This record gives sequence, structure tokens and C-alpha cells, in this order.
Amino acid sequence: MSELNKLSKSLKEIENQLTDCMKCGMCQAVCPVFKQTGNEGDVARGKIFLLERLAEEMLTDAKGAKTRIEKCLMCGTCAANCPSGVKILEIFLKARAALTEYIGLSPVKRLIFRGMLKHPERMDALVDTAARFQNLGTSKADPNQGTRCSKLLSGVIGNRHFLPLAKTPFHKTYPSLNIPAGHSGLKVAFFPGCVTDKMNPEIGKAVLKVFKHHGVGVFMPKGQACCGIPALASGERNTFDTLLAHNAALFAEESFDYLITPCATCTATIKEIWPMMSEKDSIEKFRAGQWAPKTMDISQFLVDVLQVAPAQKSYAGSHSIEFAGDTVTYHDPCHLAKSLKIKSQPRDLIRANAACTFVEMAEADTCCGNGGSFNLQNYDLSKQIGMEKRQNILASGAGTVATACPACMMQIRDVLSQNHDGVKVKHVIEIYADTIKD
Amino acid sequence: MSLSSSLISELQQICGENGVMTSEVDRQNYSYDAAVLEPTIPAAVVRPNSKESIGKVISLCNDSGTPVTVRGAGTNLSGGTIPNKNGIVLLTNRMNRIIELNETDMYVRVEPGVVTADLAAQVAAKGLFYPPDPGSQAVSTIGGNVAENAGGLRGFKYGVTKDYVMAVEFFDALGRKVTSGSKTVKCVTGYNLAGLMTASEGTLGVFSEITLKLIPPPAASKAMMAVYDSVETATQTVAAIIADRIVPCTLEFMDNFTINAVEDFANVGLPRDAKALLLIEVDGHPAQVAEDGERIEQICKKLGARAIQVARNDAEKDKVWEARRAALSALARLKPTLVLEDATVPRSQIPAMVSAIEKLALKYDIPIGTFGHAGDGNLHPTLLTDRRDVAHWERVENCVADLFDAALSLGGTLSGEHGIGIAKAGFMKNEVGQSSIDFCRTMKAAIDPNNILNPGKIIGQ
Ligand SMILES: Cc1cc2nc3c(=O)[nH]c(=O)nc-3n(C[C@H](O)[C@H](O)[C@H](O)COP(=O)(O)OP(=O)(O)OC[C@H]3O[C@@H](n4cnc5c(N)ncnc54)[C@H](O)[C@@H]3O)c2cc1C
Ligand code: SF4
Ligand code: SF4
Repeated sequence: MSELNKLSKSLKEIENQLTDCMKCGMCQAVCPVFKQTGNEGDVARGKIFLLERLAEEMLTDAKGAKTRIEKCLMCGTCAANCPSGVKILEIFLKARAALTEYIGLSPVKRLIFRGMLKHPERMDALVDTAARFQNLGTSKADPNQGTRCSKLLSGVIGNRHFLPLAKTPFHKTYPSLNIPAGHSGLKVAFFPGCVTDKMNPEIGKAVLKVFKHHGVGVFMPKGQACCGIPALASGERNTFDTLLAHNAALFAEESFDYLITPCATCTATIKEIWPMMSEKDSIEKFRAGQWAPKTMDISQFLVDVLQVAPAQKSYAGSHSIEFAGDTVTYHDPCHLAKSLKIKSQPRDLIRANAACTFVEMAEADTCCGNGGSFNLQNYDLSKQIGMEKRQNILASGAGTVATACPACMMQIRDVLSQNHDGVKVKHVIEIYADTIKD
Repeated sequence: MSLSSSLISELQQICGENGVMTSEVDRQNYSYDAAVLEPTIPAAVVRPNSKESIGKVISLCNDSGTPVTVRGAGTNLSGGTIPNKNGIVLLTNRMNRIIELNETDMYVRVEPGVVTADLAAQVAAKGLFYPPDPGSQAVSTIGGNVAENAGGLRGFKYGVTKDYVMAVEFFDALGRKVTSGSKTVKCVTGYNLAGLMTASEGTLGVFSEITLKLIPPPAASKAMMAVYDSVETATQTVAAIIADRIVPCTLEFMDNFTINAVEDFANVGLPRDAKALLLIEVDGHPAQVAEDGERIEQICKKLGARAIQVARNDAEKDKVWEARRAALSALARLKPTLVLEDATVPRSQIPAMVSAIEKLALKYDIPIGTFGHAGDGNLHPTLLTDRRDVAHWERVENCVADLFDAALSLGGTLSGEHGIGIAKAGFMKNEVGQSSIDFCRTMKAAIDPNNILNPGKIIGQ
């Protein structure tokens, strides 16, 4: 019991937040995981109850509770719909850190987070090597998506269909940038994020093309690290702290008007979680606090700040080639729609491309089921949730599904590829960038 | 955990490996519901997937004397799904199929775990209407609704769940299948067991199928908000509307405390200085809606409403209801613990009840926001507290007891829709008298000789 007592002490920090939950159960209506499993332990109410019991030392199986609390997409849908305004995601992140500290990190996660993610140079080198050898042992899965799968690794990755690592990651093409403000008079800091860097450099290039077109100056420091959310979501606070300190030092080198990312998850992390989870009174906390209001998703920046508007029907200036004549639908990434309430701007950005037609899909804002490490730990469940997304995408009749988060793109590509559906998966910025002449 | 391993394995044979949960974490997760009460950890949680398996599970429990607590979504506010120690929780959410939606004869047959809002949506898609709409409908189950006789915003005109139950099928304490009622509009075959089972809170049997009446949806509707400078005139308006023989589908009340909480939270433009608001909706044939709407406006004006806002379109109508929908959320954010009470009085006594609530809030120094279904006398005085503050919590308990007394002395009842469960079992005697409780206990003992069906609920131990 004395060990449990330690855990209970470290949960005291969130105890006040836990009592805000009135156990009304309304979160059951919206939770994608609960929808699949129907298990009380998979929805916010149940998880919060388990944490209360741990804090009160009324529950002995901390490991079992940890498993439940980690079986969560961290999609924030429950929080967005909670009548009591319970700070569910903050509670879960802090609880995961406390539980991981108490129980420890699995050897695999220790290797990934402490051995690799924590050291951006090591990570980049490793990914480089992997990119060179990745075709060994993998085979083409779906030519439409350009995905591959691997029989050899099926024990580790299941039958996932994944996009191969980029031959040249974004940071190799653009190690750093410092372009002064152009005709917009604005200068932004650009944080491409891991997935853009290593798998979808074309997203980063589209962003730069758009910045150039609008005369936006860009500051992109060399050697950016991961935003830290994968580590934090696994309760690895120490790695998160290191990554935050690393990034915070890099971005402090130059002043900028906005901090822009093309990744919903990175945006939400930088805007909300950096200030929330950085050490009290630290320089990181101070910087994160200053940057939070300046941090924006690329589509919000373009629409709200640069006033990019949906194209008129007669819009003649469209140079769109890739998407001409296409119908495009949009999937709301949870971190944009639920956490940051950004819904109209990405749609406006798609509509800014007069050459294609926007169609709304049903349940556009339900989670795709990726959830970062959730996908790794609960692949079958993740896929079931993804398959519902696939149904809605197909039912919309669109030729392209766009979204604003490279992690969602990975998941959607997997479920579409599994069925050889032939619907293209794109980032909204690619659709907008297509209207601009090179 | 005290279930024998042979019982567990028999349960597994009936419900499948995944249909029986025995880990500490899983059992903890079914130890509570939406009521502010102490949790009790069950010995196991079972999830039958078919009618037959419900029967088999109950019969096993009866033979071994294991208490069974049925659970739909666990949203009840009276502790009805807090299980018994050494008992099992029988979860119905795997039984969520709509068996038959009959458009010609206008009824629907469902399994008990169907979620209320899902049913309402499916029914609406066929151009029909299932009116009962508890505030929890997005998650609550039909089984739970019938077992609690749940009501909702539309209760005034359309009645509550019991008004739609045509037939029930349930398993009794010995695991035998019992049916009562019919798909016909009229049916007097035998005892009205459907009536008995409604509001029985899992103490008399476990529903396995429910047949519900459907009606044609109203063709038109009109919503308005009337603003008052005194609670008295607002509540008099309610009485006057009823006296004028108008039946709005919804007639909701909100006091000054709640108005301000909603404004702080949702900023919908409510008048902060108003002492009370009435939110009114009429529906039906367009001509009747127009006429009723006008008459209600006149009554409101005559009785001293300071302002009346009539919604001119759907968007404005939505705004009227947004205020009401936000009430619970707005109050919930003010204090960690919220005790949502449910005392109900005859409609003519609403002014007296509202003033009794105000006095109790002062006497015990407890913030209370009152809103609710004025049209059917069902108010929700909502006490804001922090259950960790022992002294305050004690005052809350005393205040609630006084609230019940006030409602009863006005000819009212302990619960309009939230049920008795364990939260109010101790107060039952004050309303119905000992002999009524004895009658129920005798009946329960005959039906459930081993006292395995949700023991301790409603009528106590
Ligand atoms: C935010 C909120 C708003 C609410 N608003 C309303 C409202 O407007 N009107 C209202 O009336 N109530 C309201 N309630 C209370 C509650 O939602 C209702 O009582 C609802 O009917 C409970 O449904 P459930 O599926 O959650 O049942 P549960 O809570 O799981 O169970 C309720 C009772 O029914 C029994 N039961 C469940 N299924 C069966 C079955 N198959 N056979 C036999 N017994 C069974 C249980 O044993 C228990 O005693 C509200 C609750 C909340 C949290
Ligand atoms: S909706 Fe919010 S208050 Fe209600 S049970 Fe879920 S987390 Fe708790
Ligand atoms: S964050 Fe998403 S997956 Fe996790 S409990 Fe909330 S709604 Fe469910």
C-alpha cells in the first residue's frame, strides 16, 4: 500500500480536476472507442473514476488502470461535449505521466522515446538509414495510395498499409530558412512536424510555396525536434521536457509574428500543451506562454490572417492542375476541430480552389481512429474506427479526401489502401497550393 | 470477489469469454452511476447478447442467491444501478437492436439496450415520432427509460415513457420469460404487467424486449420566451395557460440564479435582471399552432411578462432552446458536485414550491438553481456543493430532506422522473405510508423469493 501511496500523492495534482466530473455519462454519446467496445472503462467517465480511486488508494491494480487510461485516442471529443467542462485531456496527460513514473515505461517505448525521439540527430540518421533499406522486406500494397506492407514485419506492425519514408526528408532539402517578410509584412516561424518531414515532404513544400506567393517571411531553424506529444501521451514526461527545451531554444533565436504548422496535432500541442505541461517558472513555460496565442494551423493563418477566401465560381485565375474537375471532401482532425474549434477555415481553403468541388461527408468530425500510439497498441480497434471513416468518405463520392493532419492522413491512407479504394488522400494546403503558379 | 469459479465459468459459457468481466478495474468501473452516492463494487459484470442468455444468467443467479443489478447506460440519478456487494451487474448494451419498426401499425419493438436518441432518430427517418426525450437521451437506454419511467421536455403534452409502452417481455427472478401487452392499440388480456414493470427499476424483472407506441409528428411548431420580473407572475402564467385549456408541448421555467449561470457560461443574451423566464413551445396543426401561440402571448402579457420573444424561424427557435439546454452545464461548472433534485408538485403549487426552495437555499446557505418542467410541476432544484466539504455536504443532505417534505406537504411527490433507487428509498414511507411499502415488499417477496433482483432499491431491504 505504501507504494500505492506514492502514486496517490502524485495524482493529487489533478484531484481537484477529477471532482469536476459529475458522472453524468454524457461522454458515452460521443466517444469513438466506447462506441466500439461499450466498456465503461473506455470512456472518460470510467477513466476518471479509476483515477479517483487510485488517488483515494481504493484501487490496487494500477497497471490495469493504466491500460484502460491508455486505451484512448486523446481525441478530446468527450471534453468538447462535457457539460461540466472537465479538463479531460489535461487530466489524462498528467495521469499518464504519474502512472508511467510509478509503473515504468515498457522496454520498447523506452528505446523509442529515450533512445531515439529524445535525440533529433539520432532520429534523423536512423530514419535516413531506414529509408534506404525500407524496400527490403516490404512490398507494394496499393498503387493508388503508393502504400506498402510487410509480411516480414507483420508480427510488429500487423497488416498495416503505410507510405514509405520519403527518399529525401524535408529537412534535407530545406535544413533551415530565414526569409525576410515580403509584401504581406509578416514573418512566421515554421514547424513542419515529424510526419511532414519524414513521410510527406510535399506538404512542407506546398506550405513554402504558399508563403512565397503571399509574401510571408519564414524562419525555420535547423535541427527541429518532435513537438513531444508522442512521448507525453505515453507518460514519458522527461523526454517531452527535453524536446520542448530543445525546440524552445531554437525558436527563441528569431522574432516572428506567427508560429505555423501544417499538422493539427503539432498545433494543438504547441498552443495548449507546451504551456500546460512545461515546468513552472521555467524559461520554456514563459516562451510557450508567449507563443501560444501566435500559434496557428496553416489554414487558419491563411483564412483568418491573410484573408484567403473561397473562390467565386467565375474565378479565372485558377492554375489548378492536379485537382481540376475533382470532388474533394474534408475530414476534421480532432486536434483542430475539438481542441481548437477550427472547422470552417480548412473548408474555405479547399473552396479557394475553384477547379474542384467541395462535398461534405457525413460525420466529418468523428475521429479517424489513429490516436498516435493508440494505433500501435490497439491496431484492430483503431482500424474498426477507421473503417467507419472510410464508409463516410466513400459515401461522399469524393475523389479526394483532404485533411489537415499528417497523422490522420496516415490512418486514412491505411484504411483506404486496405480496400484499394482509389480515393486520393491530400493535405488541404496541397489543394490550395495547386491554384498557385510555380 | 466471492463468486465461485464454477459460477464464473458457467456465466462464461452463457455469455462468452468476453461477456464476463471479473478484473478489479472492470468491476470498479461498474460500481457507480450518475447519482452522488458511495460506489459498491460488484463481483462480476456480464454482458448477455441474447434473450435466452438473460434468462440463463438470472436463473443461475437465483440458484446461487447472487444479486443482479441491470444496467443500461448508468445515467440514473438515484443509485438504481449501484450494485450489491457479491452481486453481478448485468449490462444490456450488447442488446441494442431494433427488432421491428412497423410503420403501418405505428409501433416499434426493441431490445432493452437501444439508445433513446438512436431510436428517436430511426423513427423520425420513417416519418414517425417517439416523443419521450429525457435530457440524457443521447446515451440513456430504452430499458433504463422504462425501468425509471423517464420523462422529458415534452412531457406536458405528450406524456412520459409509460404512455408509450404497449408491451413488455421480461425475465422474472427465476429466469422465466414473461410477456404482457400487445401490438394492438387496445389490450386487456390479463394483469397489466407492463404497467407494473414501468418504474420498477430492475427490482421485479429484466426487460428483454419492449414494444413502444409511435405517433405522427406534429406538422408545425412555435417557440417563445417570456421574461418576468417576479417568480410569482411567471408561475401564475403557467397556471393560467393550463386553465385556458391550452396544452403546449413544452413549458419550461428558469429562475434568476440559473439565468445568470447560463449567461456567464453560454452568453445567449438572456436578461440577467429577470426574476424568471418561461420557455414555451406549442406544436400541432399549423392553424392551431398559430392560434395557441397568440393566446399564450396574450396570457403572458396580461399576467405581467416584461417581454415576449417569439422565434420567427428555426435558428431563433434553436436559440430559445439553447438557453434551456445550457442550464445544467452552466450550473455544473459552478461547483464540483451537483445534486439535481426532482421533487414534483401539482402545477398549481409551483409558486409555493419555488418560494419554498428559495427559503431553503437561504436557510442552509446553499446555492440552488431552479429550472425545469413547469408545465408538469416537475422542477429541478439543483444544489451546488462539494462533496468533499463534509460540513457543507451535511447541510445539503438536510436541505434535500426538507425539500422532499416541502413537496409532499404541497401534495407533491418525491420524484417526477429520476426514480427512487437507493437515494430516496428511505423517504418513501413519508409519501406512501408503511402499509404501501409492506404491500410492495410482500409482492416482491412472492415474485423474487431469493431477493436477487436489485435488492435494496425503492422499497429498501
Ligand atoms: C444529464 C442527465 C439528464 C437527465 N435528464 C432526465 C430527464 O430529463 N428525464 C428523466 O426522466 N430522467 C433524466 N435523467 C435520469 C436518467 O437518465 C433516466 O432515468 C434514464 O431513464 C436512465 O436510463 P439508463 O439507460 O441510463 O438506465 P440506468 O441508469 O442504467 O438504469 C436505471 C434503472 O433501470 C434499471 N434497468 C435498466 N435496464 C433495465 C432492463 N433492461 N430491465 C430492467 N431494469 C432495467 C436499472 O436497474 C436501474 O434501476 C437524466 C440524467 C442525466 C445524467
Ligand atoms: S460528460 Fe463530463 S461530467 Fe459527464 S461523465 Fe463525462 S467527463 Fe464526467
Ligand atoms: S479522448 Fe476520445 S477516445 Fe478518449 S475518452 Fe475522450 S472521446 Fe473517448
